Amino acid sequence: MSRLSVEHLLGIKNLQAEDINLIFKTADHFKQVINRPIKKVPSLRDITIANLFFENSTRTKLSFELAEKRLSADIVNFSSSNSSVTKGETLIDTVNNILSMKVDMVVMRHPNPGAADFLSKHVDAKIVNAGDGAHEHPTQALLDAFSIREEYGELKGKNVVIVGDILHSRVALSNIFCLQKMGANVKVCGPLTLIPKFITSLGVEVITNLKEALNWCDVAMMLRIQLERQDMKFFPSLREYSMMYGLDKKLLDSLDKEITVMHPGPINRGVEITSDVADSKQSIILNQVENGVAIRMAVLYLLAGKKE
Amino acid sequence: MSKSDRIILDSKQFDLTIKRLSHQLIENYNDFTDTIIIGLQPRGTFLANRIQQELKAINKDYNVQVGALDVTFYRDDYRRQGDPLVPSETEMDFEIEDKKVILVDDVLFTGRTIRSGLDAMLSFGRPSKVELMVLINRRYERHLPIQANYIGKNVHSVVSERVKVNWKETDGEDAVILYTPENE
Repeated sequence: MSRLSVEHLLGIKNLQAEDINLIFKTADHFKQVINRPIKKVPSLRDITIANLFFENSTRTKLSFELAEKRLSADIVNFSSSNSSVTKGETLIDTVNNILSMKVDMVVMRHPNPGAADFLSKHVDAKIVNAGDGAHEHPTQALLDAFSIREEYGELKGKNVVIVGDILHSRVALSNIFCLQKMGANVKVCGPLTLIPKFITSLGVEVITNLKEALNWCDVAMMLRIQLERQDMKFFPSLREYSMMYGLDKKLLDSLDKEITVMHPGPINRGVEITSDVADSKQSIILNQVENGVAIRMAVLYLLAGKKE
Repeated sequence: MSKSDRIILDSKQFDLTIKRLSHQLIENYNDFTDTIIIGLQPRGTFLANRIQQELKAINKDYNVQVGALDVTFYRDDYRRQGDPLVPSETEMDFEIEDKKVILVDDVLFTGRTIRSGLDAMLSFGRPSKVELMVLINRRYERHLPIQANYIGKNVHSVVSERVKVNWKETDGEDAVILYTPENE
């Protein structure tokens, strides 16, 4: 099979396991491409992609931009801070104006959950969700699962614990969908105030003790505390959070087995993860970043090539 | 196989053809220093490997490096013909800068695959010289000005016909078969 079952990448929830496998297989080839002396292929040379970032981003934006350039697409960048959005223009108007300049695909990050889905219903372009509020961040989940697959050969039967601010995290939700579709077991760990009530309905068990969670898992995904999304106090202090749920070298070394440590970034060193853990050989944080470019190339390639 | 289909090369002729192509290369490349054979994926790689084995059988000092190149991302029919093709492995564990390259494919027809192959190849450096070898040269339907330097067999066929090269490695037997649609 060489076709995705979807027209847009809005979230992992509406992907099939075969779609994810197809993306992984295509990404394997692109990973090889980006390690060549000439890291570029001409596949998307007649495609123009608009990167619309209505919310801050470093990694995702750079990664998408690199992926697009490696595929030879033409790109236009947009960030809301220096645009007419501040003058009161609506999302649809902004995007339609950009599309009338003949853009074929839109990569969008937006603070509102569902923004990408909304856009896909109202404009005529392929949409890739690069994060919508606390809802989904599909390419991050794909690159995380791809990195685990690279480390262990497959995802089936692997135990993954997601630690930290699950409530405000789009990465957590996308990862839960993605890992479960690929046959991995997922649990979450964190203070109960940062764990949404619906999580158990997804078949995800909650563990409140970090050491217990780490001893269960093969892979620990550490998440950042998203202070910018927190409108009230969810825990007494960052220092206390760090003592209860921060991963340090001592804790990592005290476990029964060697686990793999991941982090989607940006890292708050010394809060959810200490420097010696982030930089240890058990951490695959930088592999995740490299894989991000290959995964995004695969997604763009497969979506752009899909016949209407 | 139906009545109207015919065998262009049987396994004996197939073997002779590979021997002849290998000897033609020896004539032009002497001891094969700085020479690389690149087979185009998926099926050109079989011919590339056969040529490599044959050269070695003729003289064990003929040690030519062989690579496999996938051209999927370089094709010009992406977004024009159905869904994206599934890529194959690329195995190029060397640089081709200043090397002599023999590009190898099973069938030369429109020339578009070779065109993509040339593009893909240049991502690995600038060779000093490139030649093209094909087992079957289908005449009359070239879309691009591309000709092979070494040809196993010329085939005169119309567009509706199909040429299939079978390899021992995957199809059980070496053979080249020309399929003609029944209703024509």
